[in-house]
Amino acid sequence: MNSVFNIHGGIHPEEEKHLSNPGTVLDAGLPPSLVLPLSQHIGKPSSLLVEPGDQVLGGQLLADADGMVSVPLHAPTSGTVVAIEPRPVPHPSALNNLCLELACDGEDRWVASAGCEDWRAETPESLIARIRAAGIAGMGGAGFPTAVKLMARDRLPLHTLIINGTECEPYITADDTLMQVDAVGIVEGAQILAYILGVEQILLAVEDNKPAALEAMQAAVKATDGSCEVMTFPTKYPSGGEKQLIEILTGQQVPAGGLPADLGIVCQNPGTAVAARDAICLGKPLTDRIVTLTGRALTRPGNYRTRLGTPIEYLLAIAGFDPSDNRRLIHGGPMMGFALESAAVPIVKTTNCILVPTEQELPTPPAAQACIRCGLCAEACPASLLPQQLYWYARAKDQEQLERHHLADCIECGACSWVCPSHIPLVQYYRAAKGMMRESKSEKIRSDRSRDRFEARQERLEQETLAREAQRAARRAAAEQKAAEGGADDPVAAAIARAKAKKDNASDKGAES
Amino acid sequence: MLTLLQSHPLLAALIALLGLGLAFGAVLGYASVRFRTEGNPLVDQINQLLPQTQCGQCGHPGCKPYATAIAEGGAINKCPPGGQETIDALADLLDVEPQTLDAEHGEEKEPNVAYIREDECIGCTKCIQACPVDAILGAAKLMHTVIADECTGCDLCVEPCPVDCIDMLPRKGGIEHWRWELPVPSENRKDLIATDRAAA
Repeated sequence: MNSVFNIHGGIHPEEEKHLSNPGTVLDAGLPPSLVLPLSQHIGKPSSLLVEPGDQVLGGQLLADADGMVSVPLHAPTSGTVVAIEPRPVPHPSALNNLCLELACDGEDRWVASAGCEDWRAETPESLIARIRAAGIAGMGGAGFPTAVKLMARDRLPLHTLIINGTECEPYITADDTLMQVDAVGIVEGAQILAYILGVEQILLAVEDNKPAALEAMQAAVKATDGSCEVMTFPTKYPSGGEKQLIEILTGQQVPAGGLPADLGIVCQNPGTAVAARDAICLGKPLTDRIVTLTGRALTRPGNYRTRLGTPIEYLLAIAGFDPSDNRRLIHGGPMMGFALESAAVPIVKTTNCILVPTEQELPTPPAAQACIRCGLCAEACPASLLPQQLYWYARAKDQEQLERHHLADCIECGACSWVCPSHIPLVQYYRAAKGMMRESKSEKIRSDRSRDRFEARQERLEQETLAREAQRAARRAAAEQKAAEGGADDPVAAAIARAKAKKDNASDKGAES
Repeated sequence: MLTLLQSHPLLAALIALLGLGLAFGAVLGYASVRFRTEGNPLVDQINQLLPQTQCGQCGHPGCKPYATAIAEGGAINKCPPGGQETIDALADLLDVEPQTLDAEHGEEKEPNVAYIREDECIGCTKCIQACPVDAILGAAKLMHTVIADECTGCDLCVEPCPVDCIDMLPRKGGIEHWRWELPVPSENRKDLIATDRAAA
């Protein structure tokens, strides 16, 4: 086994992973209706193919990818499309977004599907097309379309695929469970992805707080040809961050503003690997996932195989939700998750955990106090940034300094907020500052274009005026020339003569009478 | 000549200084012709900070003319689309005291984008002539439409429309434009000390 490296900073919060009993998958069953947001991934929302009233079968395409960075959406069961309208979705803004509601008929009839017999006989391009058609987006939480990530093979020389089974965030055990129950599927999925990427080496990364998953993965790897290697390393949050994991496994740092592919590495989540295997070997689109339902306000926490679109309130009822001492419903984990305003929001492709803590377990954070410049945040930062400086500059909205202090390299892991003795919500400052910088960048592009268009228009108008003047001058010159050629033909002189004649005529008449 | 200079060191120094002065003067004179900056660089810097809405609310026919006016000593608080942020940036650039927005020229609001209710449009081309950034597409007696990506939300097309078929709708809104807010530090001083809070 290769030696592993350490990363700067990191913290050791209570893990609480035993709560959700990793290693057993429970079935969440079929809710009466599913709500499917059209945007469950990074990129453009999928474009609808169905209308309200349509009967659909499980696995049927409901919405297709709109453009390159987008993924299609499939029906998780059979039923009727009853509504297409904005609904609450799992998003920190608590805003509504376009969703499709599917009333399940309970029969769970599926369209016929077929995988390919031998994926080694297919070209990588056709396998990417299958992954794309199956609607797979990164299932670790970010939701980047997997097919787009795999296309890095065309741009950069790659050598390593990392399957990121670190799952360093407290409470969450969805990947841990998947590694225990379907290690063979993960390894096969990893081999398919490695074949697509054209890489030699597959590293399966597991933190040492998951001995059962580690054992299962090692057993699954033994049966393969030796390109796979299971790597384990000491538990620390946030080892599972893509850039942190790469540093732990290889000792190399991903350059600021760069991607792992710049080092020849691609990371994928175990759930994504299994989804890719299912898409290719079984022809099954991504319509369900394992979700950890955990927290002490649930009487039956666990890992549930859940259909996409299942409303969270339905899951809470199954898991035995006790609302007496609960104030917050968290989508994701305690460190990087966000609070949901409503339990009506559905499970989406990126939902790995729903955390329902008691007030005693995860108290509402107390009011922030003044920064005492203790420097604990800088010690904890896994990206080697200066959180305190970033905090001051975010408050002052000093974009130049924020850029100079590499705000963009912040992974928003929350380690700095966790160690802060003054309970300053540091990550919220960074998220706000990042949003501010993104916005002013796009506004700058916009205003530059407006300026160019305005100036182009001014120039055009000026030229039109000049052209008109030139025309007028040409006409005048032509008339003058005509006048000069024959004096009698001068129109002005002729008009004066005419008027004079008329006047004379009139006065003559007057004299006569 | 040499003996004359040797006997009059003062004269030698004067000649040397004069010579140096002429030489450097020639270099500077050449540089001022060779590296001449076209236009007023300050106007361009100011123009960079203005929002380029081209709305004319400042009383000038566009952002560049307003930038020229500011460079000549005009007030910096006449731009409602830029709002306080632009005023602060201008104050920073020009090294003057930041002011608040002059209410006479309008108030700061969220950016808009124009939408033409297309079935009501009669194709008069009046809005096309009014648009400062050529963001309206159409021809006489044919329907017009706004290229939403290019529209600056300046409102200049609304007035000329004889059938009032142009709506100004907010440009941002919806989940894709949402961003995190900066946390507001607690106003309640009692929140600052934990024991005070427990007593309250």
